Amino acid sequence: MPMIRHSKAFVFPIMDQSTVVIEGIGLSSRSHNRLRQPRSHVIRTGSKKKFMTDAHHADSQQLVEWMQRLAGCQDRDAFAGLFAYFAPRIKAYMMRSGSDNAAAEEFAQEAMLMVWRKANSFDASQASVATWVFTIARNKRIDAFRRINRPELDPDDPLLQPAAEPMQDDKVVEDQTARTIAAAMDQLPEEQAVMLRMAFYEDKAHSEIADETGLPLGTVKSRLRLAMGKLRSLLGDTEL
Amino acid sequence: MTAAHSVAVKPRTAEPVHHLSEDLLLDYAAGTLDEAASLVVASHLTLCSACRSELSRLEAIGGALFATMPPMDLSAGALEAALAALDSSDLDGLPASASQKHAVVDRQASILPRAIQRYLGGDLDTVAWKRLGMGIETAEITLSNSDESKAGKRSFLLKVPAGKAVPQHTHDGNELVLILQGSYKDEIGTFAKGDVAISDGSIDHRPVAGEGESCICLVATDAPLRLTGPLGAIINLFVRV
Repeated sequence: MPMIRHSKAFVFPIMDQSTVVIEGIGLSSRSHNRLRQPRSHVIRTGSKKKFMTDAHHADSQQLVEWMQRLAGCQDRDAFAGLFAYFAPRIKAYMMRSGSDNAAAEEFAQEAMLMVWRKANSFDASQASVATWVFTIARNKRIDAFRRINRPELDPDDPLLQPAAEPMQDDKVVEDQTARTIAAAMDQLPEEQAVMLRMAFYEDKAHSEIADETGLPLGTVKSRLRLAMGKLRSLLGDTEL
Repeated sequence: MTAAHSVAVKPRTAEPVHHLSEDLLLDYAAGTLDEAASLVVASHLTLCSACRSELSRLEAIGGALFATMPPMDLSAGALEAALAALDSSDLDGLPASASQKHAVVDRQASILPRAIQRYLGGDLDTVAWKRLGMGIETAEITLSNSDESKAGKRSFLLKVPAGKAVPQHTHDGNELVLILQGSYKDEIGTFAKGDVAISDGSIDHRPVAGEGESCICLVATDAPLRLTGPLGAIINLFVRV
C-alpha cells in the first residue's frame, strides 16, 4: 500500500473550522476549480435511477439504502452515491490529519474500496452509516500513519461479554441518534468543539493539542471532558 | 464497533467493576491511543459490555463530526478510478462474514481475548514466561510500532502466584493493568477478572495476588516501574520489571 506521509508542516487554522483553506496545500484557486468536479458528473455513472441532486448532502435514510444495496447486490450506482458523499469527507479528514492533497485522495479511494468490501458487516441497528465509515477511515489512518494494525476486539471471541440488554433493532432509532448528536455538537461552546475536532480529526494526542494551542495539558483534558459531559447531557438517555 | 451478526446467546459473567477512563476510550475512539494501551482497551472491551456501549457512543460522536466536516472535492475521474478498481479480481465478491473468518475450533476456553492471542500468535500455552524472582513471571508482547517501543512503551503479561505480593513500587509514567485471571488487592482496592487498574506516579503500591489461582494480567506501561520498598533501590539496579 502506498505510504502516506504524516507531514506536520500543514496545519489548519484552529478557530475557523468552516474554512478548510485549500491554499495551504499550494493550489491556486484556479487549479482548485479545475480539480473540482461538477456534482452531476459524480453520480451519473451508469445511473438509471435518479439520486439526490446534491450527494454532498444525502440524508441518512438514503445512505442506509445505498449501503443495503451495496451489501445485497453489489450495486454500483449505490457505490457511486456513497462515493460522492463520503470520499470528499474522507479526503478532508486525511488533510486535517496532515496528508497532502494527492495522498489524501489516494487514501479516500482506498477507504471507499474498503467500504465496498466490508459492506456486509454494516449493521444499521448498531451505527449510522457515517459512524461506520468514520471507523473505517480512522482504522486506515492508524494503519497508514503508525504502521500498526489497531488492536481490536473480535466480535466472535468466546470471551465476549454479551451486552446487558438486547441491541435495538430499529434503524430509525440509529438515524435519530445521529441527528441528535449532530444537533448536540452545534450547542457545544466553540472552545470545546475545537478540542473535540482536534482529538478526532487531527490525529493529535492531548499533549500535542496542548502544544499547538498553547493551553496547559490539564485545560485540554478538562475541555474535552466538559465537551463529552455536555454531549452526554444533551443526548440524555438516547440509547446507542 | 461490532460486526453485524448475531452472537450466540450465552450466559453473562460478572461485569468488571473497574472500567476504562473516558480519556482512554476517547483516544481509542479517535484513533490516537498508542498501541500498548490500545491492546489493553480492546481486551477490556471484550470483557465489558458497558465500556463497549460507551465506545459506540464516542464513535457515534466521531461519526457525527465526520458527517459535518466540510467536504473537499476529489479530482475529476476519481469515481471512475474507484469503479475500475472494483473490477480488479481480488475485489470480486464480498468477504466472508466475520464468523466464517475464524474457523477456529474453540478448544478449552481461553482466558486470553483474541486481541492478545493475535499478538502472541497463539493461546496461553505458547507464552514463553520469563522468571523475575519471587515466583513472578513476565512475557513481553512485541508491539508492531517500533517508534512507540523506542519511546519506552511496552506491553507484557505478568503472572503472580496466588497469595504472593509484587514488591512495593511506584511508576515513573503511566501504567494500565488488565486482570485476565485471578485477582489482586492493593491500597486502591480489589481488582478481579476484566478490571482495569490505571496508575501514574502518584500511586505507590504493593499488590497482593488473591488466593486460589495465580493472577495473570496484561500490562501497558510508558516507563519502567520503580521499586520503593527497603531493598527496592538495589533491585532496581538489576531488574527491569
